[in-house]
Amino acid sequence: MGRNIIISSGFHLVVIFITALSLPFLAKKPIDLPPIVSVELIQITDKTNIPFAPKAKKIIDKIKKKEEEKLTSEQAPPKKVKKEKPDSVPLPDENIEKVKKIEEKKQNPEKLDEEVKQVSEFEKKELFDPNNIAALIDKSKEEFSETDKKTDKITQSQNKDLSNVGLTLNEEDALKAQIFGCWSIPLGLPYNDNLLVRIKLQLKQDGTVVKTEILDHARMNKPGQGFYKVLAESALRAIKMCQPLRVPTEGYERWKELQLNFDAKEMLEG
Amino acid sequence: MRYLKYILIIFLLNQSNVNALIEVDITRGNLNPLPIAVSSLSIEKTSNEELQKILKKKNIGAEISKVVENNLLTSGLFNPLNKDAFLQKPDIAHLKPRFEDWSLIKAQALITGKVIYENEKLRVEFRLWDVLAGKEMMALAFTTVPTNWRRVGHIITDKVYERLTGEKGYFDTRIIYVSEKGPKTKRIKKLAIMDQDGFNIKYLTLGNELVLTPRFNPTNQMVTYLSYFRNLPRVYLLDIETGIQEVVGDFPGMTFAPRFSPNGKKIIMSFAMDGNSDIYTMDLENRVVERITNHPSIDTSPSYSPDGKYICFNSDRSGYQQIYVMKSDGTKVKRISFGKGLYGTPVWSPRGDLIAFTKLHKGKFYIGVMRTDGSGERLLTENFYQEAPSWSPNGRVLIFYRETKSDSEGKGFSAKLWSIDLTGYNERLVDTETDASDPSWSSLLSN
Repeated sequence: MGRNIIISSGFHLVVIFITALSLPFLAKKPIDLPPIVSVELIQITDKTNIPFAPKAKKIIDKIKKKEEEKLTSEQAPPKKVKKEKPDSVPLPDENIEKVKKIEEKKQNPEKLDEEVKQVSEFEKKELFDPNNIAALIDKSKEEFSETDKKTDKITQSQNKDLSNVGLTLNEEDALKAQIFGCWSIPLGLPYNDNLLVRIKLQLKQDGTVVKTEILDHARMNKPGQGFYKVLAESALRAIKMCQPLRVPTEGYERWKELQLNFDAKEMLEG
Repeated sequence: MRYLKYILIIFLLNQSNVNALIEVDITRGNLNPLPIAVSSLSIEKTSNEELQKILKKKNIGAEISKVVENNLLTSGLFNPLNKDAFLQKPDIAHLKPRFEDWSLIKAQALITGKVIYENEKLRVEFRLWDVLAGKEMMALAFTTVPTNWRRVGHIITDKVYERLTGEKGYFDTRIIYVSEKGPKTKRIKKLAIMDQDGFNIKYLTLGNELVLTPRFNPTNQMVTYLSYFRNLPRVYLLDIETGIQEVVGDFPGMTFAPRFSPNGKKIIMSFAMDGNSDIYTMDLENRVVERITNHPSIDTSPSYSPDGKYICFNSDRSGYQQIYVMKSDGTKVKRISFGKGLYGTPVWSPRGDLIAFTKLHKGKFYIGVMRTDGSGERLLTENFYQEAPSWSPNGRVLIFYRETKSDSEGKGFSAKLWSIDLTGYNERLVDTETDASDPSWSSLLSN
């Protein structure tokens, strides 16, 4: 009796141990947290994009005002601009004083406080180099594209994480639409029967089919299931006709093996 | 051991989770006709010369392939490709097709064959190829008398049809109908029989009496029909092979609308007396007559279900002519048609799933189908006058007749046979030498 309990508990432990090892959610490494970085980057893109236009407008307005002032106060400002170039940065004290002066001139200082803090570098340049707006815009574009690149990278890393999740709706729709056009459904099938053919595909990166495998192959030779062979052959013909399949351009690991479930029931029942 | 089993199960379950495949459901396809290349059947010179003398045909291989091609085309499920586009010669294609050439012209299937004349017999080989898979799907050979060459074409079509659609074909069959000639007021009606494609027409009666509603025996080449011999309408039985005919039963009144039971051993028909019409059966072996319905209304047009357990018929017992279903012993009568209009000539499909009928509504005639419980009514075709649908042996196509309007003198009148498949799209005129009505489709001549 005692021995049996020991054997039983021993086996239970083995089972629990093996289960713990082989369960997918335990076997998988904890999900990398880099995607959190992606959230931060997305915020950056939001901020760099959306507020840009109003800011630029304000800056342009300010510059226009300044230009008007400059016209009255003759040629002094251009010289200042030269002095304020990043290469020849003035002393910090002077710079702060100038920024303060500018803030005093603004009509809505409260609203602009944050912006000033965030884009102080822009404003400094704009204030001191009105001709450089285009360059600023370009720079912002560059930054934006950089963030884009970064976000691209993030999606790729997300893809890697989601390698076993499946195709996106768009990807699936594209593939379905292609095969719908290639599949000539045999009309003589008994629509009261199970008309599902499951085919496993091995694909190359360009969408050409390396290997096809009918998963319920044994059903083809069963008596009274002659229609299944006809249906399976029609599905194989559809795959061959459609080659290369419209597969996603990325994430080959995800879809290098696909399973297509051909079901004629819906069509035949009308 | 028991534990090991559990461990194995757990392993397998986990394995399947880890290697989960991406699955895509394909629930739609196209119903376009399948592009098929029907290559001429090759024939050697000596065989061709001998067959030319017998059949008066220049190239019997090409003629057989034309029969196959025409059958496939009329089915509506295949699109035979133009032979001018074929790149490979028939004899070479029959040995080993160059699949690239055939896929280039968009063929998905290919039929090749060979005709030989030996020992006064016609031997026809044919092969069906899957062009996209690059493999042979079927290969068969037939030997018969040379005059049967059209039947060989029909049998080849049946085999190809079955292999590619999954259901039996209907090409090696015949149609019996009433051939009509003359003005409407003075029609001469004869029984006629032909191949399903309209060839090999033979007349079975001389036209001295009025004949109506011929029906094939589903198991052999017997026909039952209504004839007004000596102005007394009676149901007759005719053996097509011997030409012998006899009256079915000795009824004291008019018998009409006959039809065979699925095993061919009984005839079911209407018998009218004193203004009342009921349904009767007669056993052909012992001639025992059995009354199936007993109702003061008009019960007629009976048709058995393929398993012989039920009978559908039309009756005006509800006040209007509607379709009813009952058990073959006459019990459990149930009305199944409830749509607007009048319903008549119900015919049970050989597949058992549908009942075809004629419907009259607002002055127009429709041929339609409904499920055996009356649900899913679908009207396939509409016309000025059409009726009497008859099923092809595979239950996919209906043949019926359609009449045109005539003037007061009976001019301009015509009656023609038409066929339509269950999709309702593939409607075709069936060529007959004369006007024709009351068609009935035979079962497959070769099984």
